[in-house]
Amino acid sequence: MDGILLGLALVILVIVVLLIIWLIATYNSLIVTEKQAENAWSQIDIQLKRRADLIPNLVDTVKGYAKFENKVLAEVTNARAAILGAKTPKEAAKGENMLSGALKSIFAVAEAYPTLKANTNFMALQEELSSTENKIAFARQFYNDMVMKWNTMILKFPTNIAAGMFGRNKEKEFFEANEVEKKNVKVDFSDLS
Amino acid sequence: MSMDFYDQISHNKKMTYVLFLMFFVLIGILSYIFSFVLDLYFGSGFIFIFSIFGILTILFAVISYYQSDKIVTAVSGAKEVTKETHKVLHNIVEELCLASGLPKPRIFVIDDTAINAFATGRDPEHAVVCVTVGCLTRLNRDQLQGVLAHELSHIKNYDVRTMTIATVLVGIAVLLSDLMIRMFFYGSFRNSDSKNSGVFIAVLVVSIILAILTPIIAKMITFAISRKREFVADASAVEMTRNPEGLASALEVISKDNEPLEVANKATAHLYIANPLKGQKLWMKSLFSTHPPIEERIFALRGR
Repeated sequence: MDGILLGLALVILVIVVLLIIWLIATYNSLIVTEKQAENAWSQIDIQLKRRADLIPNLVDTVKGYAKFENKVLAEVTNARAAILGAKTPKEAAKGENMLSGALKSIFAVAEAYPTLKANTNFMALQEELSSTENKIAFARQFYNDMVMKWNTMILKFPTNIAAGMFGRNKEKEFFEANEVEKKNVKVDFSDLS
Repeated sequence: MSMDFYDQISHNKKMTYVLFLMFFVLIGILSYIFSFVLDLYFGSGFIFIFSIFGILTILFAVISYYQSDKIVTAVSGAKEVTKETHKVLHNIVEELCLASGLPKPRIFVIDDTAINAFATGRDPEHAVVCVTVGCLTRLNRDQLQGVLAHELSHIKNYDVRTMTIATVLVGIAVLLSDLMIRMFFYGSFRNSDSKNSGVFIAVLVVSIILAILTPIIAKMITFAISRKREFVADASAVEMTRNPEGLASALEVISKDNEPLEVANKATAHLYIANPLKGQKLWMKSLFSTHPPIEERIFALRGR
């Protein structure tokens, strides 16, 4: 009789210990995944800043080519100003989208300027900016991958129980392409004649 | 409806585990028969010699694993390149590292016009990626990105570690069977004074056949694992770039190119993106090939 009680107590003890180990392991993986997602978000910012840093150089290289002084160049400088002066993340995002559009315009318009296209500085800038655009896209992609990992983790059974217990069960938002960005960028050749 | 890359990755990883399981079963069966026979002939004195050899094999494998980046680059004559001289290459690798969350590996170039690439290093922090000059001049940016994504996937999936373990297992299997063959040749000169000599001879024959076949089967399993890992790397590359066409068209360009890579040899062939030993020993192509047929890989990528 005593032996059975002891055996039962032991079994319950083992189960409790296993549960505690599982809770610790799950809590830790929740923390790690959340930090990975936060890091992924900051990577996007780093690339956006890199792009903004390249702009003055681009403007200088392009300024000497007469017709460029107008609309297209103004778009770029306005966009950069909008980013730097933004007071909320939403305003900053709007500025970033403006800049993406403006850069597309510059490179499209540059197709009509063979001497500018052949300029080594311009070519280097083109590669840098296009690579930075890729990096922004990949950083956003990776962030979304991390968000997917996080959201799935906090919703799956039995991890969702632990997530609820520790209050770490808030879903994160995916990064979505802005409506402005999705519309086709209109390239204006009117001031080139 | 073809599998998306998530499914492909998990399918291929499962297949890898199955293959490793087959490996252990094979070695288990062999060891059992081995010890059974040893018991009857000599008692347990020779087991310790096997352990020494086994330990040496594992030691060599571990050393080569930790030094894999140095060894392979030295053997291939690759040279490290900086961002100043190879800006586009560095940019593409940086882009892919952002997409995969990997730290940036060291980048090397082999001076050969053949199109090929490899990656090595025991973990992402000690990784090396290498491309040939042929890659840089004959592939466009999307194709080069696909190839590099495939290589980075090998690093991300710890394939060097997987293949090292597989190689160690082959080493053990080879040693076991080698030892067994030697035992029989020495043992057959003693008098066979054990009971049930009929059953005995049967067991002996089976053991000898197994001893000869084991290295072959072990190698075949290793090659099967290697092929599966190639498919996983292709799928992971698509996960990184979200652009299957880049890698698919790069593989197409590679398949049309008949130039063998001069610095590659049988020891390093499995590391490259495409089998560099073109045209040599074509009979090896199926069960003994480290890479799946390129047409299959392109089919998996394009879904047609």
